[in-house]
Amino acid sequence: MRIRKRTVALTLYLVLLLLPVYWMLNMSLRFNADILGTFRLFPSEFTLANYVKIFTDPAWYSGYVNSIIYVSMNTAISLLVALPAAYAFSRYRFIGDKHMFFWLLTNRMAPPAVFLLPFFQLYSTFGLIDTHIAVAISHCLFNVPLAVWILEGFMSGVPREIDETAYIDGYSFPRFFLTVFIPLIRAGVGATAFFCFMFSWVELLLARTLTTTEAKPIAATMTRTVSATGLDWGLLAAAGILTIVPGALVIWFVRNYMAKGFALGRV
Amino acid sequence: MDKTHDNKAWFLVIPVFVIVAFSAIIPLMTVVNYSLQDIFGPNERYFVGTEWFREVLNDSRLHGALYRQLLFSGLVLLIEVPLGVAIALAMPPRGWTASLCLVLLAIPLLIPWNVIGTIWIIFTRPDIGLLGRTINGLGIPFDHTAAPLDAWVTVMLMEVWHWTPLVALLAYAGLRAIPEAYYQAARIDGASAWAVFKYIQLPKMRGVLTIAILLRFMDSFLIYAEPFVLTGGGPGNSTTFLSIYLVKQAVGQFDLGPAAAFSIIYFLIVLLFSWVFYQVLQRVGTGDK
Amino acid sequence: MEAFEWMAWTGPSATFFAVIFAILVGMTVWDLRSPSVPRRGFLPLETTRGDRLFIGLLGSAYVNLLWIGVTTLSPWYSLAMAVVLLALVMRYG
Repeated sequence: MRIRKRTVALTLYLVLLLLPVYWMLNMSLRFNADILGTFRLFPSEFTLANYVKIFTDPAWYSGYVNSIIYVSMNTAISLLVALPAAYAFSRYRFIGDKHMFFWLLTNRMAPPAVFLLPFFQLYSTFGLIDTHIAVAISHCLFNVPLAVWILEGFMSGVPREIDETAYIDGYSFPRFFLTVFIPLIRAGVGATAFFCFMFSWVELLLARTLTTTEAKPIAATMTRTVSATGLDWGLLAAAGILTIVPGALVIWFVRNYMAKGFALGRV
Repeated sequence: MDKTHDNKAWFLVIPVFVIVAFSAIIPLMTVVNYSLQDIFGPNERYFVGTEWFREVLNDSRLHGALYRQLLFSGLVLLIEVPLGVAIALAMPPRGWTASLCLVLLAIPLLIPWNVIGTIWIIFTRPDIGLLGRTINGLGIPFDHTAAPLDAWVTVMLMEVWHWTPLVALLAYAGLRAIPEAYYQAARIDGASAWAVFKYIQLPKMRGVLTIAILLRFMDSFLIYAEPFVLTGGGPGNSTTFLSIYLVKQAVGQFDLGPAAAFSIIYFLIVLLFSWVFYQVLQRVGTGDK
Repeated sequence: MEAFEWMAWTGPSATFFAVIFAILVGMTVWDLRSPSVPRRGFLPLETTRGDRLFIGLLGSAYVNLLWIGVTTLSPWYSLAMAVVLLALVMRYG
């Protein structure tokens, strides 16, 4: 009986969780006049006009492409640099290790607003403004520490005997790391990639500051369009729904890694 | 579990250090430089010493924003952490239902922050929003653009909706890491559900809850985009949190000096709280004091 | 260094960062020569030298802020107090 009550509560929570998203989906499938005119729980005059507009207007769809490019770059870079570092933190003690670890964390603590101007200046100095790599590198500021943190948890869950046996068997460090160790924490890498993707995808302030046209993220296109055309609720809702799609695809692909990854982590 | 002492491990950490330091240290130094000067333009700046710090520390609107921020972050932790843990406990341990729950829980996390604001505008508007319409339909006047309390409730709802899943996901990860043998032992001892939670599940979740609490504290303390889109800090100043106030100052009035001084103080506050949390959470349950 | 003109350096802030940097280098060398052993002092937790340095510096920052916020006296006094605090934490913390 208790189990059933639990399931009911959980289901109720998940329904409530999806309600605001459903509402936006509802809006995105209706005409503006219809949205403002009548209040309906389901779209009656079903239309895809809002979506068609987004997919045919380069100003809109290039935003999605840009976001996907820099987010993928960021995820790749974060994993690449974080994997060896997390290994170092999980296996060795070295001078200043704990302080280094905490310092990495502090990079999530700086209020971004005032750092925007120096960021812009810094990336200008290196001629990186309006490139995808600029956004990808700037997002490393908060994603790399997180990746190190999560991966370190997973790596500490792998017994040290595995390392020692491999070294005795004559594996070099790179070979051991790539062919033995990383496959062991595959699930952890999947979970980490998910978090990197997520935090880079949702960030807007830095992405908007470092880009003008060529690498402009979708979320920035949205804010600008809102102010330019007044309130086109249907279009806004459709654009919003489309920002959820890439993320939803990513979780769909990593869902098993997430479940398993979460199960393996020592954390 | 004794780690080997080897300073050569630094070579593995250097790439991380370089890539983070590039984006972290140079801008931080610049902000410190700004905070000591009155800046009119690229070549027109005057050294003012600690003047901006004095001004910012005695700014009563900033105090207001700080109290609101502390209240907000406190409420966020008080609501989201227990709720997230409860959800994790209610989730099925395995199977397709578990995958489904994970996927659904992750959805709010994957929405860009300003879109979160947009969703909640659409959802809570009294004319076209499901929630706004429903509450008004029940005869309770609700308008987050006019009543400060309604604005607070809306922002809290949005925040809890947005981030509780993160706590739930992390707590779930911690729960799944507990070997089945522990539960069997507990069953043999006839332990109650509460005892299992207190002596097995909670201690085992310490690590992930540390991550969850720290992340939620830091991010809620720095919250900007969502309430800015939803309420713009209003009505009046009722939902003007520290970041919103800071941006008004830095971008709106282009007062770089005071804004930089403000940022440094802001950073020091987050640093202190996070450090204390970190120390406390590292020690709770491990026995050493 | 033309390219970094925008960093808006001032003498005091340059000195500040130079001192911090020198302290970090000094602490690293010291720790390499004789590794620090965690111990208990008047602080309610076990600390190494590095931990005490961090606590001391963070404490110093707050001492200075408090002084600047509450009094209108010269910040040199609070700087002196901060140095004393740092020394106390490092030695007895």
